[in-house]
Amino acid sequence: PRFTGNVLATGSQIYNSNLLFETYLYISALTMLFYSFFKSLIGKDVVVELKNDLSICGTLHSVDQYLNIKLTDINVTDAEKYPHMMSVKNCFVRGSVVRYVQLPADEVDTQLLQDAARREAFTQRQ
Amino acid sequence: AIMRIRPVETLVVYLRDGRTLIGILRCIDQFANLVLHRTIERIHVGKKYGDIERGVIIIRGENVVLLGEWDQERARKSGLQEISVEEILEAQREEQQQQQHQQTLRAKFMKERGLTLTPEIGPDDMY
Repeated sequence: PRFTGNVLATGSQIYNSNLLFETYLYISALTMLFYSFFKSLIGKDVVVELKNDLSICGTLHSVDQYLNIKLTDINVTDAEKYPHMMSVKNCFVRGSVVRYVQLPADEVDTQLLQDAARREAFTQRQ
Repeated sequence: AIMRIRPVETLVVYLRDGRTLIGILRCIDQFANLVLHRTIERIHVGKKYGDIERGVIIIRGENVVLLGEWDQERARKSGLQEISVEEILEAQREEQQQQQHQQTLRAKFMKERGLTLTPEIGPDDMY
């Protein structure tokens, strides 16, 4: 894997996520950039905002090629408005209804992601 | 990998038109098409809810928003109150009327200012 300045400089937490991401990039098929990216974020706390404005905070358990997301130990931000979610602890969210996935800033190396996206776009064009 | 979902567990299924179905998942495929057994449709209005028996249901995957695992602990702590079907339908009708009313008011105000209000979402597809 190509090491960037960030990774070599310190033994920071970013190192592990990046290495995982790089490994996934090499292992996975060509057009699976965000699938690999999400796989490297498994176990982290994320907030998934759906297209109907429902925001669900939870731990990312797994993701698949359609970017369906499975969250464990969820916590709905505006619980009063969505009473049907009150009895639910783990959930599976269909990829097509997700608007945003909010990630903790220190878990993501944007440089790496940007480089990977650039490489992907380049290979796709060819 | 993610589809290795437990076969005999009660699931809460939230559909795109806003309906909530609770039942035992029997089958699932890669499109999230579902077969639910002993399903009830649960209508929520405020803190109250009412159940309607639906039996066996097949759901086309594109209409699914999310599947939740029914957690008895959380259900108990939720503080929701069950009422009869007639009452909940009445409450739902009232709520819908209120929303309609607000919508018409909003449209009127916008029109007075020379703008048109086009709702992005309709009642049949909230997503």
